[in-house]
Amino acid sequence: MTELAEAPPIDAATASSGGRRLGAGTQTYLYVCLIIVAAIVIVPLLTTALGGFKTLGELRGNPFGLPREWQWHNYGDILVSQRYWLQMGNSLLIAALTVFLTLLFAAMAAFTFAHVKFFGGNFLLNYFLVGLMFPAATAILPLFIRIRDLGLLDTYWGVVLPQVAFGLGMSILLFRNYFRNLPNELFDAAFVDGCGYLRFFWHISLPLSRPIIATVGIISFVGSWNSYILPLILLNSEDKYPWPLGIMVYKGEFSTDWQLILAFITLTILPTIIVFFAAQKHIIAGLTAGAVK
Amino acid sequence: MTTTAQPVSRANATSFGLTRRQRAEARAKWPVLVLFLPPALLVFTVFVILPMGEAAWYSFYNWNGYSLPTQWVGFKNYELIFKNSAFRQALINNGLIILISICIQVPLALWLATMVTKHIKGAVAFRLIFFLPYVLADVAAGMIWRFVYDGNFGLVAGISHALGVDAPFWLADRTVAIYAILGVIVWKYFGFHMMLFIAGLQAIDKSVLEAADIDGATGWQKFMRVTLPLLGSTVRLSLFFAVVGSLQLFDMIMPLTGAGPSNATQTMVTFLYTFGVMRMQVGFGSAVGVVLFVICVTLAFGYKRIFMKND
Repeated sequence: MTELAEAPPIDAATASSGGRRLGAGTQTYLYVCLIIVAAIVIVPLLTTALGGFKTLGELRGNPFGLPREWQWHNYGDILVSQRYWLQMGNSLLIAALTVFLTLLFAAMAAFTFAHVKFFGGNFLLNYFLVGLMFPAATAILPLFIRIRDLGLLDTYWGVVLPQVAFGLGMSILLFRNYFRNLPNELFDAAFVDGCGYLRFFWHISLPLSRPIIATVGIISFVGSWNSYILPLILLNSEDKYPWPLGIMVYKGEFSTDWQLILAFITLTILPTIIVFFAAQKHIIAGLTAGAVK
Repeated sequence: MTTTAQPVSRANATSFGLTRRQRAEARAKWPVLVLFLPPALLVFTVFVILPMGEAAWYSFYNWNGYSLPTQWVGFKNYELIFKNSAFRQALINNGLIILISICIQVPLALWLATMVTKHIKGAVAFRLIFFLPYVLADVAAGMIWRFVYDGNFGLVAGISHALGVDAPFWLADRTVAIYAILGVIVWKYFGFHMMLFIAGLQAIDKSVLEAADIDGATGWQKFMRVTLPLLGSTVRLSLFFAVVGSLQLFDMIMPLTGAGPSNATQTMVTFLYTFGVMRMQVGFGSAVGVVLFVICVTLAFGYKRIFMKND
């Protein structure tokens, strides 16, 4: 299936080909540099996770090491609290709706741009690509007023629809390039056999497009899961907050009880880290696809 | 792949068949155009294009967002923006972020990419670790580093105590805070650029490097004369993302400093949020949005025109 993609996706696991065997000196130099940088990446994450197991007093005296006494209840209390699961659920729901609508709308529009020649087609495609040029924040106030006037303020849809809209440019571009690279013979054959555009889209284009659906889906999901500014402005009630807003509220409430905040941060980023290591190949290829295509 | 359809024999495409087919195609187009385009078009127009246009319109009014904008103020909002010292600070900070991205982040990413594409054990694991911060939400990264920088409990405090000096409160220090944030930006984003460079390095034809080897080039010469020129398009692309991304920075600033202390760490987007959204100054905030829009589009277009015209 992958031979259809125009540029090979970026894959962290592709071993470098060729190259001479490295001398012991070079190897040591490489490992020392890499380990130092890896430590700078890992140590903050690790101390965050471990910090959640300490008492506040111990955090002050011993921020680096293992906890003397593991305070499991820091984590336990959060895990049995309603707010953690509510925020995770909100984030998941908003992300799922965003991904579904982005895939649906972008695939349909891109299919039209790829296969149907019509007056103004190129102009319309460029119209969508304008969305790639500027950040969502530039029009955030008019967007707020629009969502309010539509009565969508403080609803999930009020966050989902703008997120879909801002993701469309990139998604349509990725889908269109992919559809255009499907072999033309497929389309000719289907058309001669009396298969119309709609059936062709559903029975041939989509089943062949799993790699690009995965790519667009990942970009859209990660964007929504991590998004902060749109929900911040468009949601008011705490029981609808996704987790990035939830962290900020939690920090506001517990201010210097860092052991609780660290446990909370750890639990909120844990799903991301697990999914990243489980599906790293797809996630890296997906998140860099927008850049290389 | 081809199991779904038989290859067409070209014999079908007689001139008669073609015209009939063309007519049939034209008729078949309508359902697609009517069903497939409108959802995307509607959502995009309503939530991206119209708000952008409205931002330009509102920016000429003094308006608190209720009823209709009536108090026309001309270019007053724009004047106020450029007179505002916090906005000037935001511009400086955005410039600084771009500078750091170009001078430190991208070279660091390239340096690491050349190392993890070498033939060593664990290279893949290092790549994954370096990419990890990029996957985390900006808010989470900001919060983690708020702890790291905390002068009472954090890692910086721990290191200071170990060295026997008083712990600094970097995020509360007007002059140092922005540099502390720049560190987090590099920490968060270098992995993304590294991945781009890994892809670029893997696309380089190994025989060119071998030829350089035979000619007796040193490692540094090979890098400067062969690898770097061949990576040109990747470098330009990476810098492009660094510049565009720098202009949008918001999520990370909020948990770290909330744009303080006393506006020292404002960026254009945090400025828009603090002075436009928080105070419900729709006209003023929209004007900030327009300025940001113009800067983004000018930089993006200009950059593509000047540096990426051949890519």
